[in-house]
Amino acid sequence: MRSRVTRLVVMSLALVGCVALRGQRLARAEDIPVVEITAKRFAFSPDKITLKKGQTVKLRLHSEDVTHGFFVRPLKLDEEIPAGGTTEVTITPQTAGTFMTICDHFCGANHGNMNMTIVVE
Amino acid sequence: MKNTDRRSFLKIAGSSLGIGVLYSAYPAARAGGEVGAMFASLGKESGEAVTPFSFVQLSDAHVGFNGPPDPLGTKAFERAVEMINALPQRPDLVLFTGDLTHDTEDRNVHVERMKQFQEISKRIQVPMIRHVAGEHDAGLDGGALYREFFGESYYSFDHRGVHFVGLDNVSRAKPEVGTEQLAWLKKDLARFSKSAPIVVFTHRPLFDLRPDWEWFTSDGGDVMNVLSGYDNVTVLYGHIHRDDEHQTGNVRHYAARSLIFGFPDPTGVSGPRKPMPFDKEHPFKNLGIRTVKFNGKVRPGSLPLSIEDVELTAREFQGINGVQQLLRNPKV
Repeated sequence: MRSRVTRLVVMSLALVGCVALRGQRLARAEDIPVVEITAKRFAFSPDKITLKKGQTVKLRLHSEDVTHGFFVRPLKLDEEIPAGGTTEVTITPQTAGTFMTICDHFCGANHGNMNMTIVVE
Repeated sequence: MKNTDRRSFLKIAGSSLGIGVLYSAYPAARAGGEVGAMFASLGKESGEAVTPFSFVQLSDAHVGFNGPPDPLGTKAFERAVEMINALPQRPDLVLFTGDLTHDTEDRNVHVERMKQFQEISKRIQVPMIRHVAGEHDAGLDGGALYREFFGESYYSFDHRGVHFVGLDNVSRAKPEVGTEQLAWLKKDLARFSKSAPIVVFTHRPLFDLRPDWEWFTSDGGDVMNVLSGYDNVTVLYGHIHRDDEHQTGNVRHYAARSLIFGFPDPTGVSGPRKPMPFDKEHPFKNLGIRTVKFNGKVRPGSLPLSIEDVELTAREFQGINGVQQLLRNPKV
């Protein structure tokens, strides 16, 4: 009887612990700032964002028309944004600087001018 | 054999015509002996003897493009055709390295642009014209319309002992060649020995020239790994609308100017690329016609230029510089 109670207590504590840990993880995920970026021929909106070095952010990339790319070599980002769809990518920039980001999925006549700036400070 | 020795009997010229680049490979002394032995050796590599010939590279005509920064449409392209036809020695071959046309979402309009490109290019009086696509030809439809007009988007052929390989780094919409084409390339080159002369022509640079201007091919390193197994490789490309030379390992890369508008030297330029401004006084400036003299006479319906006003700027290479790399390490 005594061991059964002990087992119940241990199991309850473990359950509470799991829930608490999960809650903590959820809270952490929710704490990550989300930056919304919209791609539409032939521009990104906004055309400039500022991130903090070492801070994790989620970029939520949405296309309002055709498939676009989202490429910035120094930040190791090379994403595809499907036509009318959304792509999410989480990054923690480690290098401060100003980085030009381009659409690298050919999207039409003015594709070569589709870019935005990511500043890491 | 020392390179200096080869220099003494080999003369391989790459002349920048402005309109593109004329390359030629020929022995300076048409004698037997060592020269004959070397060319015979090269012939064994490719199945055909290397014999003297020249070819022209043209790039980025963007037929259908009108408006700033260049309001001249196809004038520079047509001028280039005239200049090729006026060359004292007729080239065997013209290689067109992409962006033959400017893209449009209207398929019928793009068809008309392809037809217009063909109508102008067929005036070139050379036995053979070969093309690869640019992203403005093939990026929106995966190259379907381009293939209807020009055939497969990547292929190879032999000409006078030199192996030519056309690579497609535009049809997948992103700047890449892709695993299927890489496998094909390995297989295509497998029959050649290390010293075979190989010319690769493609649209985008196969190295990181300026990635944030999309002047790169994401799997270009994989292509270069395949090519690194060969000693005598030259890569010709377009896309950047300016001339450029670059060395990776044994491979020399050359970009041709465009026939529509120029881009500046990216060195030291931050931010987005901007086309070179149009110069009314010198309408072909930065387009590839390296030296243009304005004659001061403007005739209605024609450019204020005459053929005599355009000088061909010779850029002649000898020894181990330039396109003579085709023959840099022959087995003798």
